[in-house]
Amino acid sequence: MSTLSTSQSAQRPLYVGCATGFSGDRTDGAGPVVDTLIALGGGVLNFETLGERTLALAQIEKRKDPNMGYEPLLADLVGPVLKRCLDHRIQIVSNFGAANPQAAAQRIFAIAREQKLRTPRIAVVYGDDLNEPEQLKFLLKKLGTDIDPKRVVSANAYIGAYEIAQALNDGADIVVTGRASDPSLTLGPAIAHFGWAMDDWHKMGCGTMAGHMLECGTQVSGGYYSVPGQKSVPGMDRIGFPIAEIRADGTFSIFKANDTGGLVDDRTGREQILYEVHDPARYLTPDVTADITEACITEEGPNRIRVEGIQGHPRPTELKVNVCYDNGYLAEAEISYAGFRARERAVLAGETVRKRIGHLLALRIDLIGAISIFGDDAGELMGKGLPEARDVRLRVAGVHIDKSIAEKILREVTSLYCCGPAGGGGVRTSLRPRLDTLSCTIPRESVPCGYRFVEEQHA
Amino acid sequence: MTSIVELPLYQLAHGRAGDKGNTSNISVIAWNQTCFELLVSQVTEGKVAAWFGYRHPSKVTRYVLPKLLAMNYVLEGILDGGVNDALNLDSHGKGLSFWMMDMPIEVPQTLAQQLSIKEYSKKAD
Repeated sequence: MSTLSTSQSAQRPLYVGCATGFSGDRTDGAGPVVDTLIALGGGVLNFETLGERTLALAQIEKRKDPNMGYEPLLADLVGPVLKRCLDHRIQIVSNFGAANPQAAAQRIFAIAREQKLRTPRIAVVYGDDLNEPEQLKFLLKKLGTDIDPKRVVSANAYIGAYEIAQALNDGADIVVTGRASDPSLTLGPAIAHFGWAMDDWHKMGCGTMAGHMLECGTQVSGGYYSVPGQKSVPGMDRIGFPIAEIRADGTFSIFKANDTGGLVDDRTGREQILYEVHDPARYLTPDVTADITEACITEEGPNRIRVEGIQGHPRPTELKVNVCYDNGYLAEAEISYAGFRARERAVLAGETVRKRIGHLLALRIDLIGAISIFGDDAGELMGKGLPEARDVRLRVAGVHIDKSIAEKILREVTSLYCCGPAGGGGVRTSLRPRLDTLSCTIPRESVPCGYRFVEEQHA
Repeated sequence: MTSIVELPLYQLAHGRAGDKGNTSNISVIAWNQTCFELLVSQVTEGKVAAWFGYRHPSKVTRYVLPKLLAMNYVLEGILDGGVNDALNLDSHGKGLSFWMMDMPIEVPQTLAQQLSIKEYSKKAD
Protein backbone atom coordinates (compact mmCIF):
# COMPACT_ATOMS: atom_id res chain seq x y z
CA MET A 1 0.00 0.00 0.00
CA SER A 2 1.28 3.43 -0.79
CA THR A 3 1.91 6.21 1.65
CA LEU A 4 0.57 9.60 0.80
CA SER A 5 2.79 12.62 1.01
CA THR A 6 2.84 14.39 4.32
CA SER A 7 1.68 17.96 4.14
CA GLN A 8 3.80 20.70 5.66
CA SER A 9 1.28 21.38 8.37
CA ALA A 10 1.25 17.76 9.50
CA GLN A 11 1.77 18.46 13.17
CA ARG A 12 -1.06 20.95 13.40
CA PRO A 13 -4.28 19.29 14.53
CA LEU A 14 -6.87 18.74 11.85
CA TYR A 15 -10.35 20.14 12.40
CA VAL A 16 -13.23 18.33 10.73
CA GLY A 17 -16.82 19.51 11.18
CA CYS A 18 -19.93 17.64 10.13
CA ALA A 19 -23.04 19.61 9.22
CA THR A 20 -25.60 16.86 8.51
CA GLY A 21 -26.22 13.41 9.92
CA PHE A 22 -28.53 12.14 7.20
CA SER A 23 -30.42 13.17 4.11
CA GLY A 24 -33.27 15.23 5.51
CA ASP A 25 -31.32 16.71 8.40
CA ARG A 26 -31.40 20.45 9.15
CA THR A 27 -29.79 22.40 6.33
CA ASP A 28 -28.66 25.38 8.40
CA GLY A 29 -26.04 23.57 10.47
CA ALA A 30 -23.05 24.35 8.29
CA GLY A 31 -22.86 28.13 8.86
CA PRO A 32 -21.77 28.02 12.51
CA VAL A 33 -19.47 25.04 11.79
CA VAL A 34 -17.71 26.92 8.99
CA ASP A 35 -17.40 30.08 11.08
CA THR A 36 -15.82 28.04 13.87
CA LEU A 37 -13.43 26.33 11.44
CA ILE A 38 -12.41 29.75 10.10
CA ALA A 39 -11.73 30.96 13.64
CA LEU A 40 -9.58 27.85 14.20
CA GLY A 41 -7.54 28.59 11.09
CA GLY A 42 -9.15 26.16 8.68
CA GLY A 43 -10.34 22.59 8.38
CA VAL A 44 -12.66 20.29 6.50
CA LEU A 45 -16.44 20.28 6.30
CA ASN A 46 -18.33 16.98 5.99
CA PHE A 47 -21.93 16.49 4.97
CA GLU A 48 -23.09 12.92 5.65
CA THR A 49 -26.30 12.32 3.72
CA LEU A 50 -26.50 8.65 2.73
CA GLY A 51 -28.48 5.84 4.27
CA GLU A 52 -29.30 2.39 2.92
CA ARG A 53 -32.54 3.62 1.39
CA THR A 54 -31.32 7.07 0.37
CA LEU A 55 -29.05 5.71 -2.30
CA ALA A 56 -31.76 3.55 -3.82
CA LEU A 57 -34.16 6.50 -3.92
CA ALA A 58 -31.44 8.59 -5.58
CA GLN A 59 -30.93 5.90 -8.20
CA ILE A 60 -34.66 6.03 -8.99
CA GLU A 61 -34.41 9.81 -9.45
CA LYS A 62 -31.40 9.38 -11.75
CA ARG A 63 -33.34 6.98 -13.95
CA LYS A 64 -36.09 9.54 -14.33
CA ASP A 65 -33.62 12.37 -15.07
CA PRO A 66 -29.92 11.72 -15.77
CA ASN A 67 -29.08 15.10 -14.22
CA MET A 68 -30.56 14.12 -10.87
CA GLY A 69 -29.82 11.39 -8.36
CA TYR A 70 -27.70 13.37 -5.92
CA GLU A 71 -28.76 14.77 -2.55
CA PRO A 72 -31.94 16.75 -3.27
CA LEU A 73 -31.08 19.41 -0.69
CA LEU A 74 -27.55 19.91 -2.04
CA ALA A 75 -28.04 23.57 -2.93
CA ASP A 76 -29.53 24.32 0.50
CA LEU A 77 -26.55 22.68 2.18
CA VAL A 78 -23.70 24.07 0.10
CA GLY A 79 -25.10 27.40 -1.13
CA PRO A 80 -24.93 29.34 2.13
CA VAL A 81 -21.32 28.34 2.93
CA LEU A 82 -19.61 27.87 -0.43
CA LYS A 83 -18.09 31.37 -0.52
CA ARG A 84 -16.72 31.13 3.00
CA CYS A 85 -15.29 27.66 2.31
CA LEU A 86 -13.56 28.72 -0.89
CA ASP A 87 -12.29 31.98 0.60
CA HIS A 88 -10.79 30.24 3.63
CA ARG A 89 -9.66 27.01 1.97
CA ILE A 90 -12.05 24.86 3.94
CA GLN A 91 -12.46 21.72 1.90
CA ILE A 92 -15.86 20.08 1.60
CA VAL A 93 -15.95 16.28 1.66
CA SER A 94 -19.33 14.65 1.32
CA ASN A 95 -21.19 11.60 0.08
CA PHE A 96 -23.98 13.85 -1.22
CA GLY A 97 -23.13 12.67 -4.70
CA ALA A 98 -25.34 9.65 -3.91
CA ALA A 99 -26.17 7.94 -7.24
CA ASN A 100 -24.75 10.75 -9.37
CA PRO A 101 -21.61 12.51 -8.06
CA GLN A 102 -20.94 14.01 -11.51
CA ALA A 103 -24.27 15.80 -11.53
CA ALA A 104 -23.73 16.97 -7.95
CA ALA A 105 -20.40 18.49 -9.03
CA GLN A 106 -22.12 20.32 -11.90
CA ARG A 107 -24.73 21.65 -9.48
CA ILE A 108 -21.96 23.03 -7.26
CA PHE A 109 -20.29 24.67 -10.27
CA ALA A 110 -23.63 26.32 -11.01
CA ILE A 111 -23.94 27.60 -7.43
CA ALA A 112 -20.42 29.05 -7.63
CA ARG A 113 -21.33 30.72 -10.93
CA GLU A 114 -24.56 32.15 -9.52
CA GLN A 115 -22.65 33.57 -6.56
CA LYS A 116 -19.83 34.85 -8.80
CA LEU A 117 -17.22 32.81 -6.94
CA ARG A 118 -14.05 31.35 -8.35
CA THR A 119 -14.49 27.98 -10.03
CA PRO A 120 -13.88 25.35 -7.38
CA ARG A 121 -11.69 22.30 -8.03
CA ILE A 122 -14.13 19.45 -7.60
CA ALA A 123 -13.09 15.81 -7.53
CA VAL A 124 -15.54 12.94 -7.70
CA VAL A 125 -14.79 9.51 -6.34
CA TYR A 126 -16.03 6.65 -8.52
CA GLY A 127 -16.19 2.89 -8.30
CA ASP A 128 -18.86 2.27 -5.66
CA ASP A 129 -21.68 1.97 -8.21
CA LEU A 130 -21.99 -1.65 -9.37
CA ASN A 131 -25.00 -1.26 -11.64
CA GLU A 132 -23.39 -2.59 -14.84
CA PRO A 133 -25.13 -5.76 -16.10
CA GLU A 134 -22.00 -7.89 -15.68
CA GLN A 135 -21.49 -6.63 -12.13
CA LEU A 136 -25.13 -7.25 -11.24
CA LYS A 137 -24.99 -10.77 -12.58
CA PHE A 138 -21.95 -11.43 -10.41
CA LEU A 139 -23.61 -9.90 -7.34
CA LEU A 140 -26.90 -11.73 -7.67
CA LYS A 141 -25.02 -14.99 -8.04
CA LYS A 142 -22.96 -14.15 -4.98
CA LEU A 143 -26.15 -13.34 -3.05
CA GLY A 144 -27.66 -16.63 -4.12
CA THR A 145 -30.92 -14.97 -5.14
CA ASP A 146 -33.07 -15.54 -8.18
CA ILE A 147 -34.65 -12.07 -8.26
CA ASP A 148 -35.01 -10.60 -11.72
CA PRO A 149 -32.09 -8.18 -12.36
CA LYS A 150 -34.69 -5.75 -13.75
CA ARG A 151 -35.99 -5.32 -10.19
CA VAL A 152 -32.59 -4.14 -8.93
CA VAL A 153 -32.64 -0.42 -8.21
CA SER A 154 -29.13 0.08 -6.88
CA ALA A 155 -26.01 -1.90 -6.12
CA ASN A 156 -23.20 -0.17 -4.31
CA ALA A 157 -20.03 -1.14 -2.53
CA TYR A 158 -19.00 0.72 0.59
CA ILE A 159 -15.68 2.21 -0.39
CA GLY A 160 -13.06 3.79 1.82
CA ALA A 161 -10.92 6.82 2.54
CA TYR A 162 -7.99 6.34 0.16
CA GLU A 163 -9.41 8.06 -2.93
CA ILE A 164 -10.73 10.94 -0.80
CA ALA A 165 -7.26 11.46 0.67
CA GLN A 166 -5.64 11.34 -2.76
CA ALA A 167 -8.06 13.87 -4.18
CA LEU A 168 -7.41 16.26 -1.30
CA ASN A 169 -3.65 15.89 -1.68
CA ASP A 170 -4.15 16.65 -5.33
CA GLY A 171 -5.67 20.01 -4.49
CA ALA A 172 -9.41 19.40 -4.46
CA ASP A 173 -11.56 22.08 -2.87
CA ILE A 174 -14.49 19.72 -2.82
CA VAL A 175 -14.60 15.92 -2.91
CA VAL A 176 -17.94 14.39 -3.90
CA THR A 177 -18.50 10.69 -3.33
CA GLY A 178 -21.29 8.19 -3.68
CA ARG A 179 -21.34 5.26 -1.29
CA ALA A 180 -18.15 5.98 0.61
CA SER A 181 -18.52 4.69 4.14
CA ASP A 182 -19.55 7.44 6.51
CA PRO A 183 -16.42 7.55 8.71
CA SER A 184 -14.18 7.56 5.61
CA LEU A 185 -15.35 11.14 4.98
CA THR A 186 -13.37 12.13 8.07
CA LEU A 187 -10.57 9.58 7.87
CA GLY A 188 -9.72 10.61 4.29
CA PRO A 189 -8.89 14.20 5.26
CA ALA A 190 -6.87 12.95 8.25
CA ILE A 191 -4.81 10.65 6.00
CA ALA A 192 -4.18 13.57 3.64
CA HIS A 193 -3.32 15.96 6.46
CA PHE A 194 -1.02 13.78 8.56
CA GLY A 195 0.33 11.53 5.83
CA TRP A 196 -0.77 8.44 7.76
CA ALA A 197 0.04 5.15 6.06
CA MET A 198 -3.01 3.19 4.95
CA ASP A 199 -1.79 0.20 6.94
CA ASP A 200 -1.13 2.14 10.13
CA TRP A 201 -4.10 0.38 11.66
CA HIS A 202 -3.99 2.32 14.92
CA LYS A 203 -4.28 5.63 13.11
CA MET A 204 -6.88 4.26 10.72
CA GLY A 205 -8.90 3.17 13.77
CA CYS A 206 -8.58 6.59 15.40
CA GLY A 207 -9.57 8.57 12.31
CA THR A 208 -12.44 6.17 11.69
CA MET A 209 -13.84 6.56 15.17
CA ALA A 210 -13.50 10.36 14.92
CA GLY A 211 -15.62 10.04 11.78
CA HIS A 212 -18.02 7.71 13.58
CA MET A 213 -18.54 10.34 16.28
CA LEU A 214 -19.29 12.97 13.62
CA GLU A 215 -21.25 10.97 11.06
CA CYS A 216 -24.65 11.38 12.73
CA GLY A 217 -24.27 15.13 13.08
CA THR A 218 -25.77 16.39 16.31
CA GLN A 219 -26.24 12.91 17.75
CA VAL A 220 -22.94 13.54 19.55
CA SER A 221 -23.68 17.15 20.48
CA GLY A 222 -27.01 16.89 22.25
CA GLY A 223 -29.31 15.65 19.52
CA TYR A 224 -31.20 12.39 19.99
CA TYR A 225 -30.37 12.61 23.69
CA SER A 226 -32.75 14.77 25.68
CA VAL A 227 -35.25 13.41 28.18
CA PRO A 228 -36.93 16.35 29.88
CA GLY A 229 -36.31 16.29 33.61
CA GLN A 230 -33.59 13.69 33.24
CA LYS A 231 -31.13 14.61 30.50
CA SER A 232 -31.51 18.27 29.63
CA VAL A 233 -30.07 19.85 26.50
CA PRO A 234 -30.07 23.64 26.15
CA GLY A 235 -31.08 25.35 22.92
CA MET A 236 -32.28 22.37 20.91
CA ASP A 237 -33.82 24.74 18.38
CA ARG A 238 -30.32 25.90 17.42
CA ILE A 239 -28.30 22.84 18.30
CA GLY A 240 -24.67 23.01 17.20
CA PHE A 241 -23.16 20.49 14.81
CA PRO A 242 -19.97 18.76 15.94
CA ILE A 243 -16.32 19.35 15.13
CA ALA A 244 -13.43 16.94 15.77
CA GLU A 245 -9.92 18.09 16.59
CA ILE A 246 -7.78 15.21 15.39
CA ARG A 247 -4.15 15.13 16.49
CA ALA A 248 -1.12 13.52 14.87
CA ASP A 249 -1.03 10.74 17.48
CA GLY A 250 -4.62 9.77 16.63
CA THR A 251 -6.26 11.04 19.80
CA PHE A 252 -9.07 13.43 19.19
CA SER A 253 -11.50 15.76 20.90
CA ILE A 254 -15.10 16.53 20.00
CA PHE A 255 -16.76 19.88 20.53
CA LYS A 256 -19.48 21.84 18.77
CA ALA A 257 -19.76 24.96 16.67
CA ASN A 258 -19.45 28.30 18.48
CA ASP A 259 -22.56 30.22 19.55
CA THR A 260 -24.98 27.32 19.23
CA GLY A 261 -27.20 25.28 21.49
CA GLY A 262 -26.69 21.64 22.31
CA LEU A 263 -24.46 19.69 24.65
CA VAL A 264 -21.24 17.73 24.36
CA ASP A 265 -20.31 15.74 27.44
CA ASP A 266 -19.08 12.27 28.39
CA ARG A 267 -22.66 10.95 28.22
CA THR A 268 -23.54 12.27 24.77
CA GLY A 269 -20.15 10.93 23.66
CA ARG A 270 -20.74 7.47 25.10
CA GLU A 271 -24.17 7.17 23.51
CA GLN A 272 -22.76 8.04 20.11
CA ILE A 273 -19.56 5.98 20.23
CA LEU A 274 -21.69 2.84 20.71
CA TYR A 275 -24.34 3.84 18.17
CA GLU A 276 -24.81 1.12 15.56
CA VAL A 277 -21.81 -0.77 16.92
CA HIS A 278 -22.04 -4.53 17.36
CA ASP A 279 -18.83 -6.14 18.63
CA PRO A 280 -16.85 -3.17 20.00
CA ALA A 281 -13.59 -4.97 19.19
CA ARG A 282 -14.57 -5.27 15.54
CA TYR A 283 -16.15 -2.16 14.09
CA LEU A 284 -15.77 -2.91 10.40
CA THR A 285 -15.25 -0.30 7.70
CA PRO A 286 -13.55 -0.51 4.29
CA ASP A 287 -10.47 1.07 5.90
CA VAL A 288 -9.90 -0.77 9.16
CA THR A 289 -11.26 -2.99 11.89
CA ALA A 290 -11.61 -0.41 14.63
CA ASP A 291 -11.56 -1.51 18.26
CA ILE A 292 -13.11 0.59 21.03
CA THR A 293 -12.89 -1.93 23.86
CA GLU A 294 -10.30 0.26 25.64
CA ALA A 295 -11.76 3.57 24.52
CA CYS A 296 -12.12 6.24 27.13
CA ILE A 297 -14.15 9.46 26.95
CA THR A 298 -13.38 12.30 29.33
CA GLU A 299 -14.62 15.85 29.63
CA GLU A 300 -11.89 18.36 28.83
CA GLY A 301 -13.98 21.42 29.43
CA PRO A 302 -17.47 22.75 28.82
CA ASN A 303 -18.95 21.08 25.71
CA ARG A 304 -15.68 19.36 24.88
CA ILE A 305 -14.67 15.71 25.27
CA ARG A 306 -11.45 13.84 24.60
CA VAL A 307 -11.47 10.34 23.13
CA GLU A 308 -8.48 8.07 23.70
CA GLY A 309 -7.63 4.40 23.69
CA ILE A 310 -8.91 3.56 20.21
CA GLN A 311 -7.15 0.60 18.62
CA GLY A 312 -7.09 -0.67 15.06
CA HIS A 313 -6.63 -4.02 13.37
CA PRO A 314 -6.23 -4.91 9.69
CA ARG A 315 -9.12 -3.96 7.47
CA PRO A 316 -11.63 -6.58 6.26
CA THR A 317 -10.38 -8.40 3.17
CA GLU A 318 -13.66 -7.82 1.31
CA LEU A 319 -15.97 -4.85 0.79
CA LYS A 320 -19.61 -4.75 1.85
CA VAL A 321 -22.17 -4.39 -0.92
CA ASN A 322 -25.83 -3.43 -0.65
CA VAL A 323 -28.23 -4.36 -3.43
CA CYS A 324 -31.62 -2.63 -3.32
CA TYR A 325 -34.51 -3.98 -5.34
CA ASP A 326 -38.18 -3.26 -5.94
CA ASN A 327 -40.33 -5.43 -3.78
CA GLY A 328 -43.95 -4.44 -4.12
CA TYR A 329 -45.85 -1.74 -2.30
CA LEU A 330 -46.21 -0.61 1.28
CA ALA A 331 -49.71 0.57 2.13
CA GLU A 332 -50.50 2.44 5.33
CA ALA A 333 -53.79 3.95 6.46
CA GLU A 334 -54.89 5.56 9.71
CA ILE A 335 -58.08 6.71 11.42
CA SER A 336 -58.59 8.20 14.89
CA TYR A 337 -61.05 7.54 17.70
CA ALA A 338 -61.32 9.67 20.84
CA GLY A 339 -63.47 9.78 23.97
CA PHE A 340 -65.28 7.00 25.79
CA ARG A 341 -64.48 3.49 24.58
CA ALA A 342 -62.07 4.96 22.01
CA ARG A 343 -59.73 2.00 22.38
CA GLU A 344 -62.55 -0.50 21.96
CA ARG A 345 -63.79 1.30 18.86
CA ALA A 346 -60.30 1.34 17.34
CA VAL A 347 -59.91 -2.38 18.07
CA LEU A 348 -63.26 -3.10 16.43
CA ALA A 349 -62.27 -1.04 13.40
CA GLY A 350 -59.04 -3.01 13.05
CA GLU A 351 -60.86 -6.33 13.39
CA THR A 352 -63.34 -5.21 10.76
CA VAL A 353 -60.56 -4.49 8.26
CA ARG A 354 -58.90 -7.78 9.07
CA LYS A 355 -62.11 -9.74 8.45
CA ARG A 356 -62.55 -8.10 5.06
CA ILE A 357 -59.01 -8.32 3.62
CA GLY A 358 -56.88 -10.28 6.11
CA HIS A 359 -57.03 -13.30 3.81
CA LEU A 360 -55.41 -11.33 0.98
CA LEU A 361 -52.30 -10.06 2.75
CA ALA A 362 -50.67 -9.96 6.19
CA LEU A 363 -51.80 -6.88 8.11
CA ARG A 364 -50.12 -5.07 10.92
CA ILE A 365 -52.51 -3.27 13.23
CA ASP A 366 -51.35 -0.52 15.59
CA LEU A 367 -53.32 1.35 18.20
CA ILE A 368 -51.34 4.55 18.39
CA GLY A 369 -51.85 5.98 21.85
CA ALA A 370 -52.14 2.51 23.40
CA ILE A 371 -49.56 0.20 21.80
CA SER A 372 -47.75 0.86 18.56
CA ILE A 373 -43.99 0.98 17.99
CA PHE A 374 -43.04 -1.26 20.92
CA GLY A 375 -45.10 -4.05 19.37
CA ASP A 376 -43.84 -6.53 16.83
CA ASP A 377 -45.49 -7.15 13.48
CA ALA A 378 -47.15 -10.31 14.80
CA GLY A 379 -48.98 -8.29 17.45
CA GLU A 380 -47.77 -10.47 20.32
CA LEU A 381 -47.33 -7.53 22.70
CA MET A 382 -50.84 -6.30 22.01
CA GLY A 383 -52.11 -9.77 22.85
CA LYS A 384 -50.76 -9.39 26.39
CA GLY A 385 -53.28 -6.67 27.16
CA LEU A 386 -53.90 -3.07 26.20
CA PRO A 387 -53.59 -0.01 28.42
CA GLU A 388 -56.67 2.18 28.75
CA ALA A 389 -56.64 4.98 26.18
CA ARG A 390 -59.15 7.67 25.23
CA ASP A 391 -57.44 9.05 22.12
CA VAL A 392 -56.36 6.27 19.80
CA ARG A 393 -55.25 6.24 16.20
CA LEU A 394 -55.73 2.98 14.34
CA ARG A 395 -53.00 2.24 11.81
CA VAL A 396 -53.25 -0.61 9.35
CA ALA A 397 -50.17 -1.48 7.29
CA GLY A 398 -49.29 -4.18 4.81
CA VAL A 399 -47.18 -4.94 1.78
CA HIS A 400 -47.96 -6.75 -1.42
CA ILE A 401 -46.14 -7.24 -4.69
CA ASP A 402 -49.44 -6.46 -6.44
CA LYS A 403 -50.30 -2.76 -6.15
CA SER A 404 -54.04 -3.35 -6.45
CA ILE A 405 -54.00 -5.69 -3.42
CA ALA A 406 -51.91 -3.28 -1.32
CA GLU A 407 -54.35 -0.50 -2.23
CA LYS A 408 -57.19 -2.39 -0.60
CA ILE A 409 -55.82 -1.33 2.79
CA LEU A 410 -56.33 2.29 1.80
CA ARG A 411 -59.84 1.58 0.56
CA GLU A 412 -60.89 -0.41 3.62
CA VAL A 413 -59.63 2.11 6.18
CA THR A 414 -61.16 5.01 4.27
CA SER A 415 -64.53 3.26 4.16
CA LEU A 416 -64.49 3.08 7.98
CA TYR A 417 -65.71 6.67 7.84
CA CYS A 418 -69.21 5.35 7.16
CA CYS A 419 -69.05 1.60 7.64
CA GLY A 420 -66.88 1.53 10.79
CA PRO A 421 -67.45 2.17 14.50
CA ALA A 422 -68.82 5.48 15.77
CA GLY A 423 -66.87 8.71 15.65
CA GLY A 424 -63.91 7.74 13.48
CA GLY A 425 -62.13 10.71 11.90
CA GLY A 426 -58.95 11.96 10.29
CA VAL A 427 -58.25 9.28 7.71
CA ARG A 428 -54.84 9.55 6.05
CA THR A 429 -53.51 7.02 3.58
CA SER A 430 -50.25 6.41 1.75
CA LEU A 431 -49.02 3.93 -0.81
CA ARG A 432 -45.32 3.73 -1.57
CA PRO A 433 -43.10 1.47 -3.66
CA ARG A 434 -41.14 -0.73 -1.30
CA LEU A 435 -37.44 -1.36 -1.56
CA ASP A 436 -35.61 -4.29 -0.06
CA THR A 437 -31.92 -4.68 0.57
CA LEU A 438 -29.63 -7.66 0.24
CA SER A 439 -26.05 -7.51 1.50
CA CYS A 440 -22.90 -9.45 0.80
CA THR A 441 -19.17 -8.89 0.64
CA ILE A 442 -17.02 -9.08 -2.48
CA PRO A 443 -13.28 -8.98 -3.18
CA ARG A 444 -11.75 -5.51 -3.34
CA GLU A 445 -10.45 -6.28 -6.84
CA SER A 446 -14.07 -6.38 -8.05
CA VAL A 447 -14.48 -2.72 -7.06
CA PRO A 448 -11.94 -0.64 -8.98
CA CYS A 449 -12.14 2.82 -7.41
CA GLY A 450 -10.57 6.11 -8.26
CA TYR A 451 -11.12 9.83 -8.40
CA ARG A 452 -11.12 12.40 -11.15
CA PHE A 453 -11.40 16.16 -11.37
CA VAL A 454 -14.57 17.30 -13.05
CA GLU A 455 -14.73 19.90 -15.81
CA GLU A 456 -17.47 22.46 -15.59
CA GLN A 457 -20.07 21.93 -18.31
CA HIS A 458 -21.76 25.08 -19.48
CA ALA A 459 -25.38 24.65 -20.32
CA MET B 1 -29.66 -5.22 56.63
CA THR B 2 -30.27 -2.94 53.67
CA SER B 3 -33.63 -3.43 52.10
CA ILE B 4 -33.92 -3.84 48.34
CA VAL B 5 -36.23 -1.80 46.14
CA GLU B 6 -37.04 -2.19 42.50
CA LEU B 7 -36.27 0.70 40.15
CA PRO B 8 -36.59 0.96 36.39
CA LEU B 9 -33.29 0.79 34.53
CA TYR B 10 -33.52 4.44 33.52
CA GLN B 11 -32.84 5.37 37.13
CA LEU B 12 -29.39 3.81 36.80
CA ALA B 13 -28.48 4.24 33.14
CA HIS B 14 -29.16 5.85 29.80
CA GLY B 15 -28.83 4.38 26.33
CA ARG B 16 -29.51 4.51 22.63
CA ALA B 17 -30.65 1.98 20.04
CA GLY B 18 -29.19 1.55 16.57
CA ASP B 19 -30.00 -0.83 13.73
CA LYS B 20 -28.22 -2.76 11.03
CA GLY B 21 -30.46 -5.02 8.99
CA ASN B 22 -32.53 -7.21 11.30
CA THR B 23 -30.25 -6.58 14.28
CA SER B 24 -30.68 -3.95 16.96
CA ASN B 25 -27.92 -2.80 19.28
CA ILE B 26 -28.87 -1.07 22.48
CA SER B 27 -26.32 0.62 24.72
CA VAL B 28 -26.83 0.76 28.46
CA ILE B 29 -24.57 3.39 29.99
CA ALA B 30 -24.47 3.63 33.77
CA TRP B 31 -24.74 6.98 35.49
CA ASN B 32 -21.79 6.02 37.72
CA GLN B 33 -19.47 3.20 38.78
CA THR B 34 -21.81 1.89 41.49
CA CYS B 35 -24.71 1.67 39.07
CA PHE B 36 -22.43 0.04 36.50
CA GLU B 37 -21.45 -2.80 38.82
CA LEU B 38 -25.05 -3.43 39.76
CA LEU B 39 -26.09 -3.52 36.11
CA VAL B 40 -23.26 -5.84 35.06
CA SER B 41 -24.53 -8.37 37.58
CA GLN B 42 -28.22 -7.98 36.78
CA VAL B 43 -28.69 -7.05 33.13
CA THR B 44 -27.50 -10.37 31.79
CA GLU B 45 -27.92 -11.70 28.28
CA GLY B 46 -30.62 -14.06 29.56
CA LYS B 47 -32.54 -11.30 31.28
CA VAL B 48 -32.44 -9.08 28.19
CA ALA B 49 -33.51 -11.99 25.96
CA ALA B 50 -36.48 -12.59 28.25
CA TRP B 51 -37.37 -8.87 28.45
CA PHE B 52 -37.50 -8.73 24.66
CA GLY B 53 -38.96 -12.23 24.44
CA TYR B 54 -42.16 -11.10 22.74
CA ARG B 55 -40.03 -10.06 19.75
CA HIS B 56 -38.23 -13.41 19.69
CA PRO B 57 -34.54 -12.48 19.39
CA SER B 58 -32.60 -15.28 17.74
CA LYS B 59 -29.51 -14.32 19.74
CA VAL B 60 -28.56 -11.78 22.40
CA THR B 61 -24.91 -10.88 22.96
CA ARG B 62 -23.62 -8.54 25.64
CA TYR B 63 -20.34 -6.64 25.40
CA VAL B 64 -19.03 -4.98 28.55
CA LEU B 65 -17.00 -1.76 28.26
CA PRO B 66 -15.86 -0.83 31.78
CA LYS B 67 -13.97 2.28 30.65
CA LEU B 68 -17.19 3.71 29.22
CA LEU B 69 -19.29 2.42 32.14
CA ALA B 70 -21.29 0.81 29.38
CA MET B 71 -22.70 -2.41 28.07
CA ASN B 72 -23.68 -2.97 24.48
CA TYR B 73 -26.46 -5.46 23.77
CA VAL B 74 -26.76 -6.89 20.29
CA LEU B 75 -30.20 -8.40 19.68
CA GLU B 76 -30.40 -10.35 16.46
CA GLY B 77 -33.64 -10.98 14.61
CA ILE B 78 -35.89 -8.62 16.56
CA LEU B 79 -36.72 -6.02 13.91
CA ASP B 80 -39.22 -8.01 11.83
CA GLY B 81 -36.67 -8.00 9.03
CA GLY B 82 -35.36 -4.47 9.56
CA VAL B 83 -35.85 -1.06 8.02
CA ASN B 84 -37.04 -2.27 4.63
CA ASP B 85 -39.12 -5.25 5.70
CA ALA B 86 -40.83 -4.37 8.94
CA LEU B 87 -44.37 -3.01 8.95
CA ASN B 88 -43.65 -1.23 12.21
CA LEU B 89 -43.89 2.56 12.01
CA ASP B 90 -40.51 2.52 13.75
CA SER B 91 -38.92 0.03 11.39
CA HIS B 92 -35.45 0.97 12.68
CA GLY B 93 -36.45 0.00 16.21
CA LYS B 94 -35.20 3.35 17.42
CA GLY B 95 -37.66 3.35 20.31
CA LEU B 96 -36.44 0.01 21.66
CA SER B 97 -33.88 1.64 23.96
CA PHE B 98 -36.85 2.93 25.91
CA TRP B 99 -38.29 -0.56 26.23
CA MET B 100 -34.93 -1.59 27.68
CA MET B 101 -34.98 1.40 30.04
CA ASP B 102 -38.14 0.14 31.75
CA MET B 103 -36.50 -3.11 32.86
CA PRO B 104 -36.83 -3.49 36.66
CA ILE B 105 -33.53 -3.54 38.57
CA GLU B 106 -33.10 -4.52 42.22
CA VAL B 107 -31.35 -1.69 44.00
CA PRO B 108 -30.30 -1.37 47.66
CA GLN B 109 -32.44 1.24 49.41
CA THR B 110 -29.35 3.29 50.29
CA LEU B 111 -28.32 3.56 46.65
CA ALA B 112 -31.85 4.24 45.48
CA GLN B 113 -31.93 7.30 47.70
CA GLN B 114 -28.71 8.65 46.17
CA LEU B 115 -29.75 8.34 42.55
CA SER B 116 -29.91 11.77 41.11
CA ILE B 117 -32.87 11.46 38.76
CA LYS B 118 -35.45 12.45 41.33
CA GLU B 119 -38.02 13.27 38.69
CA TYR B 120 -38.33 9.61 37.94
CA SER B 121 -38.34 8.26 41.47
CA LYS B 122 -42.12 8.20 41.68
CA LYS B 123 -43.57 4.78 41.13
CA ALA B 124 -45.16 4.68 37.71
CA ASP B 125 -48.81 3.59 37.47
